[in-house]
Amino acid sequence: MDLRAYRTDGFWDELFDEQLRPRPGAEQLVRRLASFSHGELAARQRAADKMLLTMGITFNVYGHEAGTEKIWPFDIVPRVIDAVEWERIERGLKQRIHALNCFIDDLYHRRRILHDRVVPEWLIDSAKSFRGPCAGLTPPRGVWCHITGTDLVRGGDGVMYVLEDNLRTPSGVSYVLENREVMKRTFPQLFDGQRISPVENYPEKLLAMLEYVAPSQARDPTVVVLTPGIYNSAYFEHSFLARQMGVELVQGSDLVVVDRVVHMRTTRGLERVDVIYRRIDDDFLDPRVFRPDSLVGVPGLMEAYRAGNVALVNAPGTGIADDKAVYAYVPKIIRYYLGEDAILPNVPTWVCGEEAQCAHVVEHLAEMVVKPANESGGYGLVIGPRASAAELAECRARILANPRNFVAQPMVALSRVPTVVGDTLEGRHVDLRPFILYGEEIFVLPGGLTRVALVEGSLVVNSSQGGGSKDTWVVHGPASPAEASSTTGGG
Amino acid sequence: MLSRVADSIYWMNRQIERAENVARATETTLDLALEGTVDPGRLWNALICAFGDQAGFAARHGAADQSRVFEFLAFDAGNPNSIDRCLQAARENARTIRDLISSAMWEEINKCYLMVRAAAEAHDRGGNQREFLDEVKRASQLITGVTDATMSHGEAWHFARMGRLVERADKTSRVLDVEHFFGPVAVDGRDAVQWSAVLESASALEMYRKQYGAVSRRNVAEFLVLDRHFPRAMHFCLIKGEESLLAVTGGIKGSYSTPAEQRLGRLRAELDYAHIDEILAGAGGLHDWIDGFQTDLNATSDAIHATFFATPPGG
Repeated sequence: MDLRAYRTDGFWDELFDEQLRPRPGAEQLVRRLASFSHGELAARQRAADKMLLTMGITFNVYGHEAGTEKIWPFDIVPRVIDAVEWERIERGLKQRIHALNCFIDDLYHRRRILHDRVVPEWLIDSAKSFRGPCAGLTPPRGVWCHITGTDLVRGGDGVMYVLEDNLRTPSGVSYVLENREVMKRTFPQLFDGQRISPVENYPEKLLAMLEYVAPSQARDPTVVVLTPGIYNSAYFEHSFLARQMGVELVQGSDLVVVDRVVHMRTTRGLERVDVIYRRIDDDFLDPRVFRPDSLVGVPGLMEAYRAGNVALVNAPGTGIADDKAVYAYVPKIIRYYLGEDAILPNVPTWVCGEEAQCAHVVEHLAEMVVKPANESGGYGLVIGPRASAAELAECRARILANPRNFVAQPMVALSRVPTVVGDTLEGRHVDLRPFILYGEEIFVLPGGLTRVALVEGSLVVNSSQGGGSKDTWVVHGPASPAEASSTTGGG
Repeated sequence: MLSRVADSIYWMNRQIERAENVARATETTLDLALEGTVDPGRLWNALICAFGDQAGFAARHGAADQSRVFEFLAFDAGNPNSIDRCLQAARENARTIRDLISSAMWEEINKCYLMVRAAAEAHDRGGNQREFLDEVKRASQLITGVTDATMSHGEAWHFARMGRLVERADKTSRVLDVEHFFGPVAVDGRDAVQWSAVLESASALEMYRKQYGAVSRRNVAEFLVLDRHFPRAMHFCLIKGEESLLAVTGGIKGSYSTPAEQRLGRLRAELDYAHIDEILAGAGGLHDWIDGFQTDLNATSDAIHATFFATPPGG
């Protein structure tokens, strides 16, 4: 196929530079794409779509009829990250997660960072996600944020920024694994002769981490995944991870706390549970401690946790570091605990809870993206340049009514990746969500989930709002001659 | 394994088996209707009665004819036993236990569900009845095969097999009981047609012929109730179902420690020592005996539920 017709339209393209030359790492992929005959691209995309349907790789959308399942939209052109650049991203993520874990632990103990006025006390005291009942607690092995899915975006300047820290129950890693699987099945020749970092060992790493953080008295710990049930938007992922790890997928009703020990109800009676990878928000975990109307939680769970009889992953209370207003202080947090500059920069962020910053936001609303501090999945987002006058007025009123609850950022011209449209390629905006595990050491899954806004010009990549995804390749440079000859020697 | 999960896999298999049986019996009735020797109204009515929901059918569809009965059994959203509803429920169960079943099983169940949904949403959904029923049957058999070949034959597999066999025993008994609703056929020759159709409905004609040759009421009843080796015979279903049950409990045949073992063991033992002539000569004849069997089988399923699925005390 002819790639000369492709247009970057002035955006940063992940595959091509402005002269349409492949970027480092993408050379071989571009060569393969160029060699496609007419119709091949569309045919491969159809084959991949059919496979996703058969495999039942779906997600649920809220706000529709219960159980509305959608096929996971997937684009077959991978997003490529050169291994040299990835190495820096990986270091940046490890640094960030390390610092955030120190931060959370500090907040629930001595609160040094507040006393030293690096982070304002009012910010934490007014945060919905701060959990008073967790004060004084130390989770097993001192780890709070075991699993993080940090959102990264690349701007028009080519710089990779951190957009959000997702430390509660980030979703998407199952699609990273399934995307790779679908790519291998439908497009094996694209992989030929390339050195691409594998992602398939994630479930093993996850299980090892979960077993590592088990309460110390558990010899051969029993790990479970706790799901709110099949109508949850990420149910597919919950069952996928349980299956891949070979552990039970439980619902709240399967668990019962007896004498401050968690058990699951089995066909042979009650069986002890040591580690719960919970995919339920703090609010719903234990109706006796948090929301009393929760039907998906387990009464007495927090008491068992406090008694040190069970590990909860991520630890309750971790969400405080996920607050979008707290995000603005992360570079300072890194400097405070680690004495280092942040390797990965933040997107400039105005915290409306700070009076001067709020005034700036209200004045420049039409140029900014406004986000509620405590939502995820892109809900409640207002994109200034694309909002009507009425929407802006409503947004302004909401900010002024509760400034603490909003932050604003300049609009980032997200980078683009060639994406299949019919039998040709067009640029579509993407972000990147790498997944980080914090156990005995910090592990970053190479690549992560590339989400793509499939609608032309759209910047919203959330699957709940018309986004899709791509396989993400961390590509290593050509092997040294010695290596090359040893791998082809048998051939 | 989790009680809830055992419940789901048991029911998932019952639902798939149920869809297959509905498809098979419907297909046989289509055959009979083609022969044109029996009144179509009586024929289609008997099928509805055999599957136990005459009132539900009459309320929504009125008099029984081919297209209405097909619609009712294949797609009717108001009929909890329609093929469409069975597959929807089975897939829902499969989704809740996706971590437990193999990907191959999930894919076959999902494909079958998508096929049935597509047929249900097609403009001309009565258009290709035979092909549709055939596909349902084949899909169910494929799922059974994939289950046996890709899933460890451990506890979960035994619950799957129990579900399938309990459902199958029930459906074979219903197919056999069809004469009760159909009324006795006096004319020679027609009798053979009817009982051949009964055998077909249980995919049993070929195996029956190898054993008995000519078709007669007595021998068909003996084969479908008491045979120990034919996989759709009621006795066979109980023998293998009990094997699975004992594999789960670790119990020994001939004794019991749970309500499920007691119920199933007693029913299996009854068939071990039953004689077909005694059953046929009993007070209410074959129909009453089958009625009693179905009641006992329901009680057995309830006992399985109470033993394994019901929430144990403790919270």
